[in-house]
Amino acid sequence: MFYREAGQFKTSYAADMAVFPLRQDRMVVYLFLLFAFIGMPLLARFNIGVFGQDYIFNGILIPLLILSLAAIGLNILTGYCGQISLGAGAFMGIGAYAAYNISLRVPGMPLLFFILLGGGVSALVGILFGIPSLRIKGLYLAVATLAAQFFFDWVFIRVGWVTNYSSSGSVNAPQLNFFGWVAERPIDRYLVCLLFVTIFAILAKNLVRGNLGRQWMAIRDMDIAAEIMGIRPLYAKLTAFAISSFIIGVAGALWAFVHLGSWEPLAFDIDKSTQILFMIIIGGLGSILGSFLGAIFILVLPIMIDLVPSAFGVQVSVQTVTNLNFVIVGALICALLIYEPRGFARLWGIAKEKLRLWPYPY
Amino acid sequence: MSRPAVSPKAAVSPADAILSVKNIEVIYDRVILVLKGVSLDVPRGGIVALLGANGAGKSTTLKAISNLLHGERGTVNKGAIVFDGVEVHNRSPNELVRRGCIQVMEGRHCFGHLTIEENLLTGAFTRHEGKAEIAKELERVYSYFPKLKERRNSLAGYTSGGEQQMCAVGRALMSRPKMILLDEPSMGLAPQIVEEIFNIVKMLNHNEKVSFLLAEQNTNMALKYATYAYILESGRVVLDGATATLRENEDVKEFYLGISTTGRRSFREGKYYKRRKRWLA
Repeated sequence: MFYREAGQFKTSYAADMAVFPLRQDRMVVYLFLLFAFIGMPLLARFNIGVFGQDYIFNGILIPLLILSLAAIGLNILTGYCGQISLGAGAFMGIGAYAAYNISLRVPGMPLLFFILLGGGVSALVGILFGIPSLRIKGLYLAVATLAAQFFFDWVFIRVGWVTNYSSSGSVNAPQLNFFGWVAERPIDRYLVCLLFVTIFAILAKNLVRGNLGRQWMAIRDMDIAAEIMGIRPLYAKLTAFAISSFIIGVAGALWAFVHLGSWEPLAFDIDKSTQILFMIIIGGLGSILGSFLGAIFILVLPIMIDLVPSAFGVQVSVQTVTNLNFVIVGALICALLIYEPRGFARLWGIAKEKLRLWPYPY
Repeated sequence: MSRPAVSPKAAVSPADAILSVKNIEVIYDRVILVLKGVSLDVPRGGIVALLGANGAGKSTTLKAISNLLHGERGTVNKGAIVFDGVEVHNRSPNELVRRGCIQVMEGRHCFGHLTIEENLLTGAFTRHEGKAEIAKELERVYSYFPKLKERRNSLAGYTSGGEQQMCAVGRALMSRPKMILLDEPSMGLAPQIVEEIFNIVKMLNHNEKVSFLLAEQNTNMALKYATYAYILESGRVVLDGATATLRENEDVKEFYLGISTTGRRSFREGKYYKRRKRWLA
């Protein structure tokens, strides 16, 4: 009833091509951003509800934001360009260790540069590992990226200077000093992540709507037809690898610096890769919104399920809850993918279409 | 001007129809309405053509009949399809094949890495009469498609489009169907090959008493070989009738066959058809 575009006339191409052409959509997004940027800090400041607890930021929101960012990165490569990658964890690790090493060896630069340069190094490595994608396709490419994952797992553990010869392999992030402002409290670190994610999400959304994004999607849908139309597969695939790895690298640097603070190579193992891959599959391949929805599902659902027994006052051992969690989340993933193989983003799209037609069924 | 009205009566009485589709509606993706109430009947042992432009809903109708829509996120949400006395709804495609209703999909879909003979043998998958019977069946198919016999050992992926289409029809025959749903057999084929395939269809219909429902773009050819035809436009049957009458129909001539008897007609005269289209749409 409220979701109608009646009376909204577009008088310019720019208005017609806007990311959110409907006023209702725009309002929702603005309100959401307003809440995320201003409402949350206020709630935290005045200790209202759960937002007074550090856990909501440290345990849920910060990892959620950073993994959403990584999911956006992987979605560009896998969802938009169709190159299946199982190496997202490795590229996060590259971003993290590159940022760490640069901060160690080139002190005096602002922290922001470390994080972005970490992404840059990850992008270079991404291009390197993207070159075989010209010849290897589909599942074979997935195996090649899996090799990258194992290779970098090995590098992080075995190559001494990566961890600055730390005996335990554990390294510490520098102080989170952004041009003099030190992000110490959870809410500060949350805001740092939120800013990164917002900026990268806007950039990514516009990138996939533009010329480059169309090239990626053409390569994904039918590479031969794309090539015939004059799209250079080399350029399209390598830009996808570079940009995807850059975003994943930045997410990795944030994960290490902002979320973990000190970390060891295990933080970026294959579990991380599959987790991010699941996020985009469940959220919806080829959708920026889907990256967020998938991240919420994969990350927040287990936490919610953990809370259920205690909410009902049932005493269940932690071990049982963990096992139950695997069963329930696994079953839900299967059910969702059977009901809607194209993930949450598609469900959302259908829901919007239905709302617009309401009360007519079609 | 005398024009045959869209007959409210079906082509055949429901009793001797092998397939009757009653007023079906198909929705893709839960929001896109593709078929808006299509009804048709195929008499036992008849060849019925389903004509119409691209996107009119021909393939969707065929897929609805063989229950393949769920793979493309489509659902039949109204109406009924009865094949040989049983409701198609809720029966799996493989059961329908077992009951004798088989579809030859648009674009052939031969198994590229199997030889022609292996392709044909896959068609006998639903039959369990033993090897001798199936070998006999294979010979029978080869008798209709002598070309396939020549190429029996080549990989289907390396045969010509015409041979692949024959292979697809032959493969369908291997299941000993009562009815074949043939989707665009003429697609991408040279006119002679199209003629050849249509002749074989006619022969099969005559000798083996296989009924055909034929979705086709090539209106001329389809009207020549079929006995009855339905014309679909944007998800509705706009015209139907015996092919002999349809061939003489002014609208069909003008819009589907590209023959105009009166030369360039004035805009006003086209109005009748447009008005009816509007009424139906």
